[in-house]
Amino acid sequence: MAHMLQLDDVHTYYGNIHALKGVSLEVERGEIVTLIGSNGAGKSTTLRTISAIQRPREGRVLFEDRELQQMPPHDVVKLGIAQAPEGRHVFARMSVYENLQMGAFSRPGVSITADVARVYDLFPRLKERRTQKAGTLSGGEQQMLAIARALMAHPVLLLLDEPSMGLSPILTEQIFAIIADINAQGTTVLLVEQNAQMALNVAHRGYVLQTGRIILSDTAANLAANQQVRQAYLGEI
Amino acid sequence: MRRIRRVSLVDIILLAIRVVVAIGVVIGTYATLSAGKLTWEQWRDLLIFGVAQGSVYALIALGYTLVYGVLLMINFAHGDVFMFGGMTAFFVADALGSSGFLDANPIVGMAIVLVVAMVSSAAVAILLERIAYRPLRRAPRLVPLITAIGASLFISNSVRGLYGEQVKAYPQLKILVGKFEIFGVGILKTHVVVIVSALVIMAALYWFVEKTRTGRAMRAISEDKDTAALMGINVDRTISITFAVGGMLAGAAGVLYAIVFNQVHWFMGFLPGIKAFTAAVLGGIGNIIGAMLGGLTLGVLESIGPNLLLSGLGVPSPNQLRDVVAFSVLVLVLIFRPYGILGRPENR
Ligand SMILES: Nc1ncnc2c1ncn2[C@@H]1O[C@H](COP(=O)(O)OP(=O)(O)OP(=O)(O)O)[C@@H](O)[C@H]1O
Ligand SMILES: [Mg+2]
Repeated sequence: MAHMLQLDDVHTYYGNIHALKGVSLEVERGEIVTLIGSNGAGKSTTLRTISAIQRPREGRVLFEDRELQQMPPHDVVKLGIAQAPEGRHVFARMSVYENLQMGAFSRPGVSITADVARVYDLFPRLKERRTQKAGTLSGGEQQMLAIARALMAHPVLLLLDEPSMGLSPILTEQIFAIIADINAQGTTVLLVEQNAQMALNVAHRGYVLQTGRIILSDTAANLAANQQVRQAYLGEI
Repeated sequence: MRRIRRVSLVDIILLAIRVVVAIGVVIGTYATLSAGKLTWEQWRDLLIFGVAQGSVYALIALGYTLVYGVLLMINFAHGDVFMFGGMTAFFVADALGSSGFLDANPIVGMAIVLVVAMVSSAAVAILLERIAYRPLRRAPRLVPLITAIGASLFISNSVRGLYGEQVKAYPQLKILVGKFEIFGVGILKTHVVVIVSALVIMAALYWFVEKTRTGRAMRAISEDKDTAALMGINVDRTISITFAVGGMLAGAAGVLYAIVFNQVHWFMGFLPGIKAFTAAVLGGIGNIIGAMLGGLTLGVLESIGPNLLLSGLGVPSPNQLRDVVAFSVLVLVLIFRPYGILGRPENR
């Protein structure tokens, strides 16, 4: 079979703004692939296009040989693609537990007890706060909840948009350890990160996106060693 | 930098309004009560009538608030959705009534009438969303507002043409004539039935929104549509369901309205619709408990208010001013607490 996920010359617009100018990339089963790039490069737009929240004007998005670009977003979720969006977007007026229930929405009629126990294991803090309204959680706790909520969907492909945003260095370490862990248990991950160093450490391969175009793609190790990447994204002079 | 904001003309006007309203309320109430215009029994009956009509407002108000919750839009055709259910069910009620079925099987008969009203209102609400609002989902917010007014005229005039212009009298049930003795107080049976039915329906709605999967989907959409879609929620379908639920409540309200006021007509959606909208704003638009409280509050204010405030001042027929009271409440709420009793100030 072909790639798990393949974007083929995808062009996405916001009105007249041409945000993705022909993005092509592949993700294979079992990989962690990272997408790095500076602000406004189009990383979030790429993930939104995969989740069909944003429709590409041209090009194709293939998942397990199915075209996603015409599907309604809820059908994309049913195929096993979950996303923890940038900026958390937890349901502020719902409790932590209800947010987790929402995460499992695509799997109706299934007991979620075991899954809830599993994410409480990964994020004990959420267990302490399970009845609290998500809007009253700290930023870091909300980020944990957003990731936990995405895991509740049992994704085969997990899209993470800047999961370390606003987290302390310790928590960031923890989140990346959890990403590696989730991946080791069989979930494929497409990871968007500002923290390129950490992302390239955990990922197998990576793409560099610049103003809507992929300008580099290589193994994570090679990208981390690449002079251009080191200067632009790893803060070297 | 100045710490103290200058007192502006607007502040003075707002303060003056508060003072005038407060003085008016105090003087009017005092004058009415000291003159002993109404007996205690009359006040009690006014209160109960207020609660009964308030329950009708509350059921309609819930439709405004549910739709506002998911679409941030005021469905100004909702009053006509209410009217349509009450009018359509009239024909069934009339047929059942003249055949004698209604008096022979009052419970089954009323259930049939209620279901017809709820289904027909829900059907209109679903069509309204599908045809008039969904194509405009991404249009500027003024556009669906104009469509809503157009749809309102469309529905009311269609009914006027197809069902006839004249006022139609609902058949009166024999078992609903007279009063129940409750704790030694005689209360009109119709009022008891209306209040109890409305409370049951509202409790069912609350349970639906809080505890069911579809209810959770509605709440998720009202917080964040894109993220709701990322959870696997079918946003379009859930919005249709929201309109359907609001329509069912409005249809039920149409029948309860007919029980309280005995009659229906093509124009009956207008005033109750606007008053229920007032109630929804009063309670905090988008807030379900708020719509219930707002409806009851407005219903009571409207029945007691004119008598309490005006009859002592020598106003000859204070009850004719009930609409004035209702809309004064709307204006005062919009001025002093635009987000309502239970609403959130930051509500977008
Ligand atoms: N809703 C929108 N409307 C208009 N333009 C948008 C919208 N969202 C994104 N854009 C534009 O599309 C381009 C790509 O944005 P995108 O959010 O994908 O960038 P990003 O790589 O995720 O950036 P960041 O690292 O800041 O999150 C930017 O130029 C942005 O201004
Ligand atoms: Mg982004």
